[in-house]
Amino acid sequence: MIDLENVAYSYGGGELLSDISVKLAPGSFHFLTGPSGAGKTTFLKLCYGALLPTAGHVRVFDADVRGLDRDDVANVRRKIGVVHQDVQFLDHLPVADNIALPLTVSGKAADAHSADLSELMQWVGLTNRAAALPPELSGGERQRAAVARAVIMSPDVVLADEPTGNIDWEMSQRILKLLLELNKMGKTVLIATHDLSLIRAAKAEVQARVLRISNRRIQLAGADL
Amino acid sequence: MKVDFKLVGALIAGDRQADRIVPPTGFTAQLTLFAAGAMAFLAVFALALSLAAGRLAERWGDELARTSTIRIVAPVGQVGAQTDAALAVLSTTAGVASARALTDEEQEALLAPWFGADLQLDSLPVPRLIEVIEAASGFDANGLRLRLSAEVPGAFLDDHTRWRAPLVEAASRLRLLGWVALLLIAAAVAAMVTLAANAALAANAQVIAVLRLVGATDRYISQAFVRRFTLRALVGSVIGMVLGMISVVLLPSSGDASGFLTGFGFQGMSWLVPLFVPVLTAGVALMATAFASRRALEALS
Repeated sequence: MIDLENVAYSYGGGELLSDISVKLAPGSFHFLTGPSGAGKTTFLKLCYGALLPTAGHVRVFDADVRGLDRDDVANVRRKIGVVHQDVQFLDHLPVADNIALPLTVSGKAADAHSADLSELMQWVGLTNRAAALPPELSGGERQRAAVARAVIMSPDVVLADEPTGNIDWEMSQRILKLLLELNKMGKTVLIATHDLSLIRAAKAEVQARVLRISNRRIQLAGADL
Repeated sequence: MKVDFKLVGALIAGDRQADRIVPPTGFTAQLTLFAAGAMAFLAVFALALSLAAGRLAERWGDELARTSTIRIVAPVGQVGAQTDAALAVLSTTAGVASARALTDEEQEALLAPWFGADLQLDSLPVPRLIEVIEAASGFDANGLRLRLSAEVPGAFLDDHTRWRAPLVEAASRLRLLGWVALLLIAAAVAAMVTLAANAALAANAQVIAVLRLVGATDRYISQAFVRRFTLRALVGSVIGMVLGMISVVLLPSSGDASGFLTGFGFQGMSWLVPLFVPVLTAGVALMATAFASRRALEALS
């Protein structure tokens, strides 16, 4: 599904990631951990074509990202839901419209998917916030809205970058539960986080592979987690 | 620049949902509206100038080209005889449709602006004037001069060429100037809309990032911005065109006079020409925004 082979990424003259080889198989659940600045966000961006590797190959849905034109990259992003820590929305549109944005930009009438949208809003617990504007949402609500937006196109893969970074423990558990449910639906999930308690909580629920970035390389984390 | 027909088609068809992704406010909206309006207003005047100059060049070229004047400068006692002789020559000249000597009253009227209405023509050695109207085929001016010099020594032919040519050329230049002004106005619209579009794209970098994150193609993003700016330019130019046309209507009427300034404006079907100004402005805005957005989106990659 997503395959990184001997990938390196350099930025500003220095190598941030080196010799990374990881396969994200369909339906698998992964955590990516490591200290701040280790390259977790860069790794995620390499996975969805936002960055191109300076060495090695990244294959997304069997296509090398270097061979993708801009339209292809846009199509790839419709199959990969992304949740960022600093979630960005279109602040002038209501939450419901923001969640439906992937449908809108792919030419699907949001009206035709109103039932799906309502169900999704209910799933993330934002039914009563549908008409609110993004700046009016709390941190947890923004994260849940981001999860909803990431999955509305029913993507095959969900990549979450510190999805619980700005929210309290209770809300973190709620976000984690949503991501676990997605994995049970057969979605591939990768969560980048430095929150080890979140990883421990998840491992009680799902068989997750934990990857750690250390010294620019990826290691499979052991039982210390 | 390559015309993106898909973009034009999508622009005309419209997409209500896509229109909403671009934030509705910002100084670029007012800038585009004002620039398009002001330029359309000026374009209407440039059009009026160009069309009026065209009419003037045509009239001078046409009317003056078909008339000539013969002056009979002779001692008082011979003026009548030489006038008759000149008319006789003209009556047998191929290409002359008609010729007649101006009456004393007509000549007095011609001189009245300088000498007053009470002028006694007999008291001045004023030459007799003969008005010659050419046939469509025209006449041989040099041949006529030779015949007149042989048969009517006091006759001098003026076929208006000497002073008609610079007038017609001046009017043609004025018309050209009008079209150059229109081109400059179109270029100014393109520049201003490009600047406004660039500013809007830069100000909405976050919007673009979000749209790309959720799978929007560059075409989709570009289309949303292009449509917004094209419609603003269209609305602004319609307002400018209407104001321009009202101003032209309110200019002093020409009445019976045929002077250039009083003839400035539109006549007949030419009133329809300014209606193309908003269409052209929107077209210029479309191309300028499409160009600007493509470059901006590449830069934001």
